[in-house]
Amino acid sequence: MNRDFDLIVVGGGHAGCEAAAVAARMGVRTALVSFTKDSIGAMSCNPAIGGLGKGHLVREVDAFDGLIGRAADAAAIHYRMLNLSKGAAVQGPRVQADRKLYKAAIHRMLDAQDNLSIVEGEVASLIFDGQTVSGITLADESQITAAVVILATGTFLNGKLFQGEETVAGGRTGEASAISLGQQIRDAGLPIARLKTGTPPRIDGRTIDWATLPEQPSDDDDWTMSPMSSRRDVPQIFCAVSRTSAATHDIIRDNLDRSPLFSGAIDAQGPRYCPSIEDKIHRFADRDSHQVFLEPEGLDTNLVYPNGISTSLPADVQEAFVRTMDGLSKAEIIVPGYAVEYDHIDPRALDRSLKVRDLDGLYCAGQINGTTGYEEAAAQGLIAGIGAACAIQRKDAPQLDRGTSYMAVMIDDLVLQGVTEPYRMLTARAEYRLRLRADNATTRLSPVAASIGCLGDERRRWFDDRQSRRARVLEELETVYSCEAIADQGMEVRRDGTKQSLFDWLRFPNISIAALKDLGLSVDDLDTGLLAEVEEDARYAPYLQRQESELKDLRANEQIRLGDDLDYAAIAGLSNEMVERLNGARPETLAAASRVRGITPAALAAILVHARRREAKNLAA
Amino acid sequence: MSAGDTIFALSSGQPPAAIGIIRISGPKASAALQALSGSLPEARCARLAKLTDPISKQLLDTALILWFPGPNSASGEDLAEIHCHGGRAVVRAIETSLENMDGLRQAEPGEFTRRAFTHGRMDLAEAEGLSDLLFAETELQRRSAIQAAGGALSRKVEDWQSAILRLSAMVEAELDFSDEDDVTPAQLEMVQSSAADLAEDMNTILDRPRAEKLREGVRVVLGGPPNSGKSTLLNALVEREAAIVSAIAGTTRDVIEVPIAIKGIPFLFIDTAGIRDEGAEEIERIGIDRARAQFDMADIILWLGPEGEGPDSLKLVEIASRQDHPEYQPKSPTVLSVSPLAGPGMDELVALLVERAKEIVPRGDEISVNKRQADHLAEAQVSLDQIPEVQDYLIIAEQLRLARAALDALTGRASTEDMLDGLFGKFCIGK
Ligand SMILES: Cc1cc2nc3c(=O)[nH]c(=O)nc-3n(C[C@H](O)[C@H](O)[C@H](O)COP(=O)(O)OP(=O)(O)OC[C@H]3O[C@@H](n4cnc5c(N)ncnc54)[C@H](O)[C@@H]3O)c2cc1C
Ligand SMILES: Nc1nc2c(ncn2[C@@H]2O[C@H](COP(=O)(O)OP(=O)(O)OP(=O)(O)O)[C@@H](O)[C@H]2O)c(=O)[nH]1
Ligand SMILES: [Mg+2]
Repeated sequence: MNRDFDLIVVGGGHAGCEAAAVAARMGVRTALVSFTKDSIGAMSCNPAIGGLGKGHLVREVDAFDGLIGRAADAAAIHYRMLNLSKGAAVQGPRVQADRKLYKAAIHRMLDAQDNLSIVEGEVASLIFDGQTVSGITLADESQITAAVVILATGTFLNGKLFQGEETVAGGRTGEASAISLGQQIRDAGLPIARLKTGTPPRIDGRTIDWATLPEQPSDDDDWTMSPMSSRRDVPQIFCAVSRTSAATHDIIRDNLDRSPLFSGAIDAQGPRYCPSIEDKIHRFADRDSHQVFLEPEGLDTNLVYPNGISTSLPADVQEAFVRTMDGLSKAEIIVPGYAVEYDHIDPRALDRSLKVRDLDGLYCAGQINGTTGYEEAAAQGLIAGIGAACAIQRKDAPQLDRGTSYMAVMIDDLVLQGVTEPYRMLTARAEYRLRLRADNATTRLSPVAASIGCLGDERRRWFDDRQSRRARVLEELETVYSCEAIADQGMEVRRDGTKQSLFDWLRFPNISIAALKDLGLSVDDLDTGLLAEVEEDARYAPYLQRQESELKDLRANEQIRLGDDLDYAAIAGLSNEMVERLNGARPETLAAASRVRGITPAALAAILVHARRREAKNLAA
Repeated sequence: MSAGDTIFALSSGQPPAAIGIIRISGPKASAALQALSGSLPEARCARLAKLTDPISKQLLDTALILWFPGPNSASGEDLAEIHCHGGRAVVRAIETSLENMDGLRQAEPGEFTRRAFTHGRMDLAEAEGLSDLLFAETELQRRSAIQAAGGALSRKVEDWQSAILRLSAMVEAELDFSDEDDVTPAQLEMVQSSAADLAEDMNTILDRPRAEKLREGVRVVLGGPPNSGKSTLLNALVEREAAIVSAIAGTTRDVIEVPIAIKGIPFLFIDTAGIRDEGAEEIERIGIDRARAQFDMADIILWLGPEGEGPDSLKLVEIASRQDHPEYQPKSPTVLSVSPLAGPGMDELVALLVERAKEIVPRGDEISVNKRQADHLAEAQVSLDQIPEVQDYLIIAEQLRLARAALDALTGRASTEDMLDGLFGKFCIGK
């Protein structure tokens, strides 16, 4: 076997797979190392992909020809467009995936990928050459060398499982490696903190009284996660909606002292947006019922995932409260729920390509950086993979900013603010949300992807074709029509002499391209997704323009580089707290500094003056 | 010169005065105070001390000294105060001793305030209030500046910010979590009417006179043809010979500004060149153009010319002047008639000016905003004001975001995380 690569990716989760795949697509000789081949592409928890904010991430990774969107389509047994009644910017595509099909799809794509080798093994340690990482040592003491290593090992660092009064350290293979690797990372001076997350019990679908529960069918539409998946191939199934009852809440309340969350056994911070059921009942005591989606985990399994009752109560309590829920009176639990506490790296130690700032050749991606979720992990994998590949190929990594992608919003939040709870994407985090829609991810990002060579041949052809179709549509929308012409098409508009381009007419909510076909537009043979995207652009045009000017200011400040070695303590006028935050975040630009929490405009002015003065001094020297 | 220096300045009024307060702020404040007084007093307790110059060992003064360790001081840094006798020589001597110490220097104007601001001791609105306070000359200016420095405006803005955050959290819950059922649907009408109420509330303050008026004074422009008695009236109002008076038409050519406080209200009286269309030579013509420009900037125009021939403006007040003069031209019976030289009518005129000015300067006991603040506030107001017409949650969220950003710019604070805190504090959301 080959023992030398350009890049080694450690961990075959969502982050590791995307990182390895994108680097290989860019022509980098890559090794993907994971415990076992079988663990590659596994979904550790909820078999759902996408959703609000997360669906955006999937589409963005897909715009770089990533894996997650295509694999989700290959495995999707239930499609739902969340927020369908609201504006396109907050609509979130979500699928439930069959675990087996998902993993198989990932394996298929990785196997077909050139430049990519899969290595089975436990990574025991990194090989250091001073402050530079130059490879890995496996548990069998064999070594593999590479210029760059990406760590995408998920929650492996010091994991601890909690179920009621029981705790199990780590609870999975490779514990020894995790400890030595974890120790090495601490020794290298990387800041480590602790977080927790949880998972609900899995229920035997055959013991659920489906007939008594409201059904939630898959969407009728034929949209897919990736435009490369032309249709929905997998049979679609129903989900059902159950609810907790007063009796459920009573049982949980009576046993709160047996939950490690309340007994004090876990003190790491869990995600506020994904609270355990005991948390919900404790904090929102006034609610007498919570909705729980029952989501089948696959086509040929009886496991059902009850979405909404993540818990770390003892197994007997779990069984008791589950049986007080609608349709679950005879339910059998196959795997009880549990909570996990784990170490993560303070992501403020990373730069915007997710490289560890103080070490050469080491990147981190995924849950190891304090995030949660497959999509968040996949997006980081993609960014780290691109960063590593660009470094290896000695070219500039593309600069994505908060105005162009959710991925950049996430990275910016992580490397500047750090995390206080597992980080999950929300549309509310993106201030330029109106521009960052799931439906325009390709338009926003594929040109960047194409420019750095990470689109495969098939995608490249599809994208070129789409670009020319889009140009045709836009050109056609330039045509000026009078209000009479529009009104004659049956649209309700005032006959006040207005003449404007079709694009401007589309600003009226009651006017659509489809309804204007009879004007002789040659657009009807084009795909509906493209038209919907353009329509949405037109609809929100005034807001998009205003955001554009906001972004201009932002980007101007983004040009003012602060440098990695700025000594904030030496800048007079900054409080100790500010110095601490700035030293933690080490913002690369003035714009980034302005986003660090607690930094006032006056402080920013002081930083700017200092940076300018230093620049002048450096020039003079 | 760096902002890390230790700075000092006389913080009370110009000597001579009963006492002088010298403040020292920065890392060397404690060393400086010890060098003068021998030892530090207990924090935040006044102590009587003999001050001696550390080099000459000469006694400078017997003074009260105070010590405020940072960050809980007015400037956010270590801060010392010396309350000495307020004679010129004493103050000068202490300042000289301080100046001779290593790492100490005289503060720049406003530097204490700026330090307080950078150390988060006050926000932008409070800092602005304090700088106005330092400039305050009239009673009204002082009261209003205390309002701002005491944080009345900041508190108001904070109230608005948290109200908008609450609305944002509701709308964001609707956008990010409505599919997870556990949110109570945001009631559209409720959000809309709350936004309208906030906009209205902001309007009340925007409609008030700007804070700068207090510093700049109410602009009273005297206008009329040459020789109509403008300069004479100005002199009478300001009670000194500020402008040259003569019987020659076209005496005043340039604009003359005289600041004066009447009944605690700051006024700026402005004398102009007499307006005439013919017979003016070049310099006078330039003066006439300037006079016209002054009419545009005026808060009040006192028109001494023929009735109805002044600039067409709501700010215009007709005055029949030179009551005792042989060429006196009476105006309608309702018009105030005065004789600046002889005195009649002047009290009434002053009363009229004070009455009008009260509408133009902010009241001391109400929140007022300066131009910078008004610009941001107006931006927030417009964003909120549009919400009642919008049905699309996405746009409502955007308008709320713009309003939040505008208020953040006003106080210099920032916020997406604050909104998320609001969101998660309020709703039970998540799987
Ligand atoms: C209990 C639990 C519940 C969760 N619930 C949800 C949820 O409901 N929804 C959701 O979206 N997300 C959930 N998550 C989070 C989600 O599973 C992760 O965020 C995501 O899978 C992280 O991806 P990753 O690629 O960073 O790591 P992982 O998917 O964990 O992958 C890490 C990989 O690294 C390998 N590895 C680790 N150490 C070594 C080593 N030394 N040598 C070789 N290989 C190694 C592992 O075998 C594994 O393949 C949950 C996670 C947990 C633990
Ligand atoms: N008796 C009397 N004379 C007055 C009075 N007001 C002005 N005058 C005289 O009128 C003449 C012109 O007065 P000014 O005040 O110079 O008039 P003006 O409008 O400033 O004139 P210009 O500067 O030339 O435009 C002077 O001789 C004044 O003494 C008044 O109230 N009573
Ligand atoms: Mg005059």
